[in-house]
Amino acid sequence: MSAAATELTEDERARPGAQDDLLVIQDVKKHFPIKRGVVIRRQVGAVKAVDGVSFAVGPGETLGLVGESGCGKSTIGRTVTKLIEPTSGSIRFDGREISGLNRGRMRELRRDIQMIFQDPYSSLNPRHTIGTIVGAPFRIQGVKTDKGIKSEVQSLMERVGLNPEHYNRYPHEFSGGQRQRIGIARAIALRPRLIVCDEPVSALDVSIQAQVVNLLEDLQSEYNLAYIFVAHDLSVVRHISDRVAVMYLGKIMELTDRDTLYKAPMHPYTHALMSAVPVPDPAKEARRARILLVGDLPSPIDPPSGCVFHTRCPKYREVLDDSERARCRDEVPVFEAKQPGHFVHCHFPEVRRDLAVAEDEGITGASDRPSPDGNRPPDSTAAGDQRSRSEVEDASPPDRGPAPGDTPLFTNPARPNDFEGPLR
Amino acid sequence: MSISLSPSELEVAADSVGPDAGGPGAEKAIEGRSLGQLAWRRLKHDKVAMAGGVVVLLIILVAIFAPLLTDWLGQKPNTIDYNLTDPSTQLPMGSFGGASGKHWLGVTPVLGQDVLAQLMYGARTSLIIGFAATLLSLVFGVSAGLAAGYFRGWADSFLSRIMDLLLSFPVLLFSIALLAVFSIIPSFLGVSGTPLRYAVIIFVLGFFGFPYIGRIVRGQVLSLREKEFVEAARSLGASNFRIMSKEIAPNLIGPILVYATLTIPNYILGEAGLSYIGVGFQPPTISWGSMLNDAGNYFQIDPMYLIAPGMALFITVLAFNLFGDGLRDALDPRSRR
Repeated sequence: MSAAATELTEDERARPGAQDDLLVIQDVKKHFPIKRGVVIRRQVGAVKAVDGVSFAVGPGETLGLVGESGCGKSTIGRTVTKLIEPTSGSIRFDGREISGLNRGRMRELRRDIQMIFQDPYSSLNPRHTIGTIVGAPFRIQGVKTDKGIKSEVQSLMERVGLNPEHYNRYPHEFSGGQRQRIGIARAIALRPRLIVCDEPVSALDVSIQAQVVNLLEDLQSEYNLAYIFVAHDLSVVRHISDRVAVMYLGKIMELTDRDTLYKAPMHPYTHALMSAVPVPDPAKEARRARILLVGDLPSPIDPPSGCVFHTRCPKYREVLDDSERARCRDEVPVFEAKQPGHFVHCHFPEVRRDLAVAEDEGITGASDRPSPDGNRPPDSTAAGDQRSRSEVEDASPPDRGPAPGDTPLFTNPARPNDFEGPLR
Repeated sequence: MSISLSPSELEVAADSVGPDAGGPGAEKAIEGRSLGQLAWRRLKHDKVAMAGGVVVLLIILVAIFAPLLTDWLGQKPNTIDYNLTDPSTQLPMGSFGGASGKHWLGVTPVLGQDVLAQLMYGARTSLIIGFAATLLSLVFGVSAGLAAGYFRGWADSFLSRIMDLLLSFPVLLFSIALLAVFSIIPSFLGVSGTPLRYAVIIFVLGFFGFPYIGRIVRGQVLSLREKEFVEAARSLGASNFRIMSKEIAPNLIGPILVYATLTIPNYILGEAGLSYIGVGFQPPTISWGSMLNDAGNYFQIDPMYLIAPGMALFITVLAFNLFGDGLRDALDPRSRR
C-alpha cells in the first residue's frame, strides 16, 4: 500500500521474526467457549481472548507485551507455556511444533520454557518450605545435580539475592519482593531458554520493582535467557524490552523495537497509550497533546468488524473520510511490516513523534508531523534516532555490553541503564 | 547520603533491612515457623479450646487404659452382683444409685454392675466409633472432593450428584433397617458377632456422612486449583496426581482437621442414638447409648443411672466441639488477634 512497505521482501513483511528464532508463534488463537444448558451443553459463543497473534522471540531477547486489562496478553503467556492449549495456530519452539503436544511429550520441553507469575502471594504454596519450592523443578523433572538438590537450591537462592540459610522457611515469612525472588529462583532452576514473565512486578512496590527488574536483566545476560515480558506499565516495559508488542482486544496492534515504538509509534492505539504516559516536566506536559480514547473496551465475545480498534480510534473519528472509514469497518488490516521490523495492524498508520516519551528530548517537532497517509521515508528519522542513541550509549556504564551469544534480530541499541518513570 | 539519622531511625533502618542482613551465625538461631506451628501458638492462647483439648485427651486416655483403670478400682463392667440391688424393687441399695466408696457412680438396677467401669468401657466404644467413622468419611469425602474439584466437568457432576443423593437420603430410617437386617444375619464377608456390628455402624455413620466433607473439600479444591502455585507446578511438568497430593492436599489439612474434630462428637451421638433406639450395640458390648437405653426404664426412680452416661456424653461432645471451634479459629489466619 505504501512505498516503504513495498521495499521490503515478502518474508520481511509477513514474518515478525528471523529464521533462527527461539520461539515463533503464528496466527495463534485462543477462544474460550461459552456454554449454556444444564444437561445438554452447547456452545453459544466464544470469548476471543487471543485472535490471531504472530510474533517471534530470538535467543536472549526480551519481547515486551503491553496492553490494557483483558486484551489477552496473559493468555498469550499461558499459551506459550502450554498451560492452555491454543484453539488454532502454530507455536514453534526451537524449530519444533509444540501446539499439539500432549502432556507427556511436553514434559521434556518444560525445562526450556518457564514462567514467572504475577502474584508472589499465590504463586508459592504456603505449605511448602522455600527449599521444597525451589527444589520442585529438579524433583518433578528428575534432574540429578552434582552436589544434591539442597546445595543446588541454596546456590540458586544466593544467585537471586536470598539468604541460603532460609532454606527451611515458609513463604509467609518473606516480603513480596523476596517472594518474587523465590519465584524467579524456581523459574531459572533448570536453566531454561525462555521465560514468560506474567506481570512479574505489577504486584510489587515501586521501590522493589526496580530491584526485581534489574535481577531479571542480570540473569538474562548471565544465562542468555529470552523473556516474554507481559506488563501494563509502559516504563517498566521500556526499560527491559528489546522489542515491544502492543495488544488490543486479542490482537497485536503494533510490534517493533523498543526505541521506535516509544519515539515514533505508528498505530493510533499506541499514540493514545504514549500520550497517556506522564512526562515529569509540567511545562512539557502542558504543551503535549493528549489523545483520549472514548467509550469502553468492546466485548471480546463479539469484537468489532474490520479493524477491532475502529470503534474507539481517534483517527477514524476525526481524520478519515467516509470511504476510508468504510475500509476500517469492513476490511481486517493485515499485520505486516510497514517499515523494516515495524509491524502495524492498521490501514492508515502514521508516524507520530510528537508523543514521544523521551528521556531528554521532550516534545520536538509537533509541527513537522508527517502527512496522514503516513509512512515516513526511512531516512527522515535517522538523525533524531542517532542523536538519542549516542546519548544513551554515553549514559550506560562500560561494563554493560550485550550478553554473550546475544544476537539481536533487529537494531537493538545499548540499553539505557537509568530508570524512567516510576522506576526512577 | 548526607542526611543524618537519629538513633531511633537508624534502628528502624536496620530492622527494615530484614533477616537478609543478619550474619549466618545469627541466622541459625531463628528457626522458620510453619503454618502449623503458628496455629499451635494461637491455639495455646485460647483457654476454652485448650480446656476442651485437655478433656478430650483425658477421655482418650481413659478409653485406652480402661482395663487398667477398672482393675485398679477393683471393678469389672460386666460383673453381676445381686447383693447390691434390693431384691424386692431390684433398685440399687443406698442413695444416689448406690454410690459408695467402692462404686463411685453407683451400680445398675437389677444386675448391680458398676456404672463407672461401664462408662469407661463405653468410652472405648464411643471413641472407636467416632474416630473410625470419621476416618471413613474423610477417606471417601477427601478423595471424592479432590477428584470432583480438581477434574471438574463430568467427574464433578457425577460425584456431586452422588453426594446430593446421599444427603437427601433418609439416613436414620435406612440405618435402622440396615442394622435390623444385620442383627439377623449371623455373618457377612466372614465377619460376625460384635465386629460385624462395629463394622456396620461405622459404615452407616461414616458413609452417609461423607458428602459433607466431600463438599467442603470440593469447594476448597475449586479455589486452590486456580492458584498460581498450581499453574507453576503444571508449568514444571508435574502430573495431576502430584499436583493433587503434593500441592493441593497439604492446603486442605486445616479444614479437614476442623471438620474431623466437629464430626467425631456427631458420630458419637449418632452411635448413642442408634443404641438408644435399640438397633446399635447390645449387651455385653457396652456403649453409652445402650446404657441410656437401659436407664430410660428406671429414670423416675433411679435418675443417677441416667445422669452418668448422659453427662459423659455431654462432656465428651462439648469438649470435642470447643476444641474444634478453637482449632478452626487458630487455623484461620483472619482470626489472628
